[in-house]
Amino acid sequence: MSTISLQDTHHHDNHDDHGHGHHHETFLTKYVFSQDHKMIAKQFLITGIIMAVIAMGLSILFRLQLAWPDKSFPLLESFLGKWAEGGRIKPDFYLALVTIHGTIMVFFVLTAGLSGTFSNLLIPLQVGARDMASPFLNMLSYWFFFSACVIMMGSFFIQTGPASAGWTIYPPLSAIPKAIDGSAMGMTMWLISMVLFVASSLMGGINYVTTVLNMRTKGMDLWKMPLTIWAFFLTAILGILSFPVLVAGVVLLIFDRSFGTSFYLSDIVMGTQVLPNEGGSPILWQHLFWFLGHPEVYIVIMPALGISSEIISVNSRKPIFGYHAMIYSLIGITTLSFIVWGHHMFVTGMNPLLGGVFMITTLIIAVPSAVKTFNYLATLWRGNIRFTPAMLFAIGLVSFFISGGLTGIFLGNAALDINLHDTYFVVAHFHLVMGSAAIFGMLAGVYHWFPKMFGRMMNAKLGYLHFWLTFICAYLVFFPLHFLGLDGVPRRYYAFTEFEFMNKWLTVNVFVTWAAIIAALAQVAFLFNFFYSIFRGKKAPQNPWEANTLEWTTPVEHLHGNWPGEIPTVYRWPYDYSKPGAEEDFIPQTVPFSQTMSSNLPHDFEGNTEAEEIQKDWDAKNKPATEEAE
Amino acid sequence: MSLKKLISNKTMAALAVILTAFASTTAFAQAAAAAATAKPIDMGPIYKSTLFYVLLFLLLCLFIAIVGKALRVYELTRETQGKSEGINWDTVNGVLFAVFLVVGLYGVYWEYTVHGEMLLPEAASEHGKKIDEMFNLTLVITTIVFVLTHIVLFAFAYFYKSTGKRKAYYYPHNNALERVWTIIPALVLTVLVLMGFLTWRSIFYKIEDPKNKPLSIEVTSSQFQWDVRYPGKDGVVGVKNYKKITALNALGIDFNDKNSLDDQVGEEIVLPVNKPVRFILTSKDVLHSFYMPHFRVQLNTVPGMTSYFEFTPTITTEEMKVKTNDPSFKYLLLCAKICGTNHYNMQKPVRVVTQAEYDEWVVKNATYLTDDLRKVFNLPVPVAPAVPVKADTTAKDTTAKTNQIALKK
Repeated sequence: MSTISLQDTHHHDNHDDHGHGHHHETFLTKYVFSQDHKMIAKQFLITGIIMAVIAMGLSILFRLQLAWPDKSFPLLESFLGKWAEGGRIKPDFYLALVTIHGTIMVFFVLTAGLSGTFSNLLIPLQVGARDMASPFLNMLSYWFFFSACVIMMGSFFIQTGPASAGWTIYPPLSAIPKAIDGSAMGMTMWLISMVLFVASSLMGGINYVTTVLNMRTKGMDLWKMPLTIWAFFLTAILGILSFPVLVAGVVLLIFDRSFGTSFYLSDIVMGTQVLPNEGGSPILWQHLFWFLGHPEVYIVIMPALGISSEIISVNSRKPIFGYHAMIYSLIGITTLSFIVWGHHMFVTGMNPLLGGVFMITTLIIAVPSAVKTFNYLATLWRGNIRFTPAMLFAIGLVSFFISGGLTGIFLGNAALDINLHDTYFVVAHFHLVMGSAAIFGMLAGVYHWFPKMFGRMMNAKLGYLHFWLTFICAYLVFFPLHFLGLDGVPRRYYAFTEFEFMNKWLTVNVFVTWAAIIAALAQVAFLFNFFYSIFRGKKAPQNPWEANTLEWTTPVEHLHGNWPGEIPTVYRWPYDYSKPGAEEDFIPQTVPFSQTMSSNLPHDFEGNTEAEEIQKDWDAKNKPATEEAE
Repeated sequence: MSLKKLISNKTMAALAVILTAFASTTAFAQAAAAAATAKPIDMGPIYKSTLFYVLLFLLLCLFIAIVGKALRVYELTRETQGKSEGINWDTVNGVLFAVFLVVGLYGVYWEYTVHGEMLLPEAASEHGKKIDEMFNLTLVITTIVFVLTHIVLFAFAYFYKSTGKRKAYYYPHNNALERVWTIIPALVLTVLVLMGFLTWRSIFYKIEDPKNKPLSIEVTSSQFQWDVRYPGKDGVVGVKNYKKITALNALGIDFNDKNSLDDQVGEEIVLPVNKPVRFILTSKDVLHSFYMPHFRVQLNTVPGMTSYFEFTPTITTEEMKVKTNDPSFKYLLLCAKICGTNHYNMQKPVRVVTQAEYDEWVVKNATYLTDDLRKVFNLPVPVAPAVPVKADTTAKDTTAKTNQIALKK
C-alpha cells in the first residue's frame, strides 16, 4: 500500500497555497467569524471550558443537596430564586440540574469541546494541510454549537425551568408537559438545542473525514498518520453515522410533543385524563437514542485515547507499542460500538433474546479496549518518562480507563445489570470512563498543545498541583459511589431521606461532596493557569516537547495556511523515538531515511528492495568503521 | 521587592472584586427580601460566613502562589550557583505515583472491607443466588486485573521516570505479545459471556412446573405510586383497559371480564415463600422501574406494553431479620427509573411470609369491585350469580353478594 523510500515516488497535488498576504483581517474575521481552523479550535475549547465550568457548578449544587438534604442554604435562594425557596433546592430543580449537567458534559464538553477543539486543531496540522476541507462549514459548525449552548443555557431563564427528564430524556416523561414542569418549554429548548448541536457536529465530522482522506501531505499515507488523527477520523465517522439517528428521534419527539402524533406514546393516562395517543412505543425512543448514545460514549472516549497515545509516546520517549494493533482496536471499537446499544435496555422489557445478543457484543468490545490498555503499559515499559502535566493526565486517563472499563464488565452482563441498572453503580462507572478518563484526555491535550494554540507555555508546577488534586479527588468521588449502587440505591434520587436503608450512606455522601468541592476548586488552578498563560505565559519554543509530528514544524506565530513555504513532506511514521543509532532521541516525520542512515532498521523500508540495498551498502561501509573507531 | 508588590497588588485586586460581588449580591438579596415579605431571613451573617470562606480560599491561593515563587527562587539560585536544576520534578512525580499506588491499594482494600460490608444482604430469591455467584466471579476476575494493571502502571511510572542519562528502549511492537493479550482477555470474557448468558436465560426463560404454578400479581405504576392487584380466588388477574380509567376505577379494570370480579387490592406486596410469583408489570403514565433489590429483580414498567418478571422468593422477612441481625429489616419495592418530582419516594412495602400466613392475609383484602363500580358497570345479569358462588368465604364477599342482589332488584 505504501511506499516508503529514500527517493520520493509520491504523486500528490499541492493544495492551493492561501498563505498570501491579500487577506485583510479585521477583528471580526480574525476572532469571531474566523475560518481558520486554529482559531475555531480555540473557540471550541474556550466555549467548552466555559460550559464545563457551568456544568461542574451544577454538579456541586446537587451534590450539596445530596450531602445535606435537610440543611438550608439561604445563599442559594439569593441566586436561584424560586428554585431554591428557603435555601433548599426543589425536587424538580434537582432533576433539572442532573439533566442539564449530563447534557452539557456529554455533548457540549466531551463531544464538541473535545473533538471540536482537537480535531480542528490537529487534523490539518498533523496531516499537513493548509486548513480544513471547508473552512466555511467549519465556521458554521462552531456557530451552530455556540447557538446550541446559548439555547440550552437559556432554558434556565424560563418560567417552567430547564428540561428535567434526565439527559436521556425518555418519553413519555419528556413528552408530556403535565408529567413534570421541565417537559414544557424547557424540553422544547433542549430539543432545538440538540438539533443545532447535531448539525454542528455533522458539519464538523464531514469536514474532518474529508480533510483526513483528501488533504494529507506528500508521503502521509494512512499508516503514517499519528494515532490522534486515526482516533479523530474514526470518531468523525461514528458521529456521521450515528448523530442523524438522534435527530430523527428528536424530530419525532418534537412531533409527539407539538403536533399530536404518537410515535412514542400509547395508552397513557395522566391522573384520570386519558390521552388520545395510541400505537406508539416509548421503547422506540430508547432504541433511537441509544443507537446514537452508545457510539456517543466512544465519540467521547476515542479522541481522548488518541490524544493520550500521542502524549504517552512522546513523553516516554518511546514509540507507541503496537501501532497497528492500536489502530485495529480503534477500528474494532468503532465497528462494535454500533451493535451494543441494547445493553442500555436490558431491563426495559425488551425481548430477553435481544438481551443475550447485546450482552455478547458488549463484552466483546472489552477485548480491543484491553489491547489498548496493555499497549499503553508496554509503551511505558523501559521508557524514559518525562512527567509533563500532559503526561500526568495521560497516565491518569489510563488508570481511569482501566477502572471504568472493568466496572463496565459488570454492567455489560445482562444478568448482573438487572440489579445494577439505574443505580449509583452506573453513575460511578460512566463517571470513571467519561467524567474522568475522557476529561483527563481533554486536559492532557490542552496542556500538551497549549504551546501550539497560543504560542506560550503553561506553568508546569500549577499543572502538577491541578493533576494531583483532581486525580485523587476524582477517585474519592467516584470510587465509593459503586458501593451505593451495589446496595441498591437508585440514581437521580433527590434525597436519601425517605428510605431507611439509604441513611447509612449519608456520611458517604457528605464525604463525596467535600471531595467534589475540592476537585472543583482544584480546577481554579487550571483556569488561572490557562487564561494567565494565554497572555503572560513563557514564550514557547517551536517544538517544546521534542515531538515528531508535523504540527511542531509550523512556526510558533500562527499564520493562515500553517506553513510559510511549501507543506513539508513526510517520510516516516510519527513514533521514531529513541531509535538506536540516532543522535537525538526523536526523529521528526519530515526527516528522510537518507539522513538517518545510522539508525534505519530493515523493517523501515517495508519491502522496498531498492532502499534495502542502499541501506545494506551503507551499513557494509560504515558500521564496521564506527566499531573500529570505538 | 517586586514579589511583595505583586502579592499586595493581587490581594488588593481580589479584595476589590469580592467587595463588588458582595455589594451586588446584597443589593439582589435586598430586592428579594423586599419581595418575600413572608419570612425575611437575616442574610447578614450568611454573607459574612460566605465572605469568610471566599477569603479563606484566596488565602490558600496566595499561599500556593508564595510556595510557587519560593520554589522558583530556589531553582533560580541553584541555577546561578551552577548546580543541577533545582528540583527534579520527574522524580517527584514518579515518587508520588508510587505513593499513590500504595495508599490507593490500601484505600481499595478499605473500601472493599468497610463499604463492602454495608451492601445488600444475600439474595432472597432463587435466581438472585445465581446472579450473586455471577457477580462474585466477575468481581474476583476484575479485582485481580484492576490491582495488577495498576501495580504495573504506577510501578512503570516510578521505575522508568526520566533520569536524563538513559535512553528509552526502542520497542515498537511484538506480535506474539499482542496475540497473548488479545487472546487471554478474549478467553476470560468468553467464560463471563457464557456464564452470563446462561444465567440470563435461566431468569427469563422459565419452564413452568404444572404442580407449582406461579402466583400472578399485577403491578401498575403511576406518578408516584404502585397499585397492586391480586388475582383473587380464580388465580387469574382480569383484563383492564386504560380507556376505562376514571376517578372511581383508577386502574381501568374491565369488570365485564369475569376474571376481574374477584381481583383484590394489595395494600402491600405479600409473597408466600418458596412459591414462584409472576409479576405482570404495566404503567399508567410514564416509565417507571419495578426494582426490588433484595430479590435482584428489576424491570421497567412501560405504558402500552405489559412486561413480566417471574421469580421465587426464598427467605421470609422474619428469617431475614435474623440473618441481617436487624429487627427493622424490610423488603422494598422502589422506582429506579426517573419518573418525575417524587421519583425519590415511590415505594411500597414488601413482605415474604409462610404459605399459611399468606393464605390468612390474602383473604382479608378488599376487592377492586366496589358498590359504586357495580353501578357504573351495570354488570350483565348472567355474570352476577357466578360471583357469590365463587367468593362466599369472606365477609367482604358477602357484602358483595348483597350488593349484587340489590343491583338485580
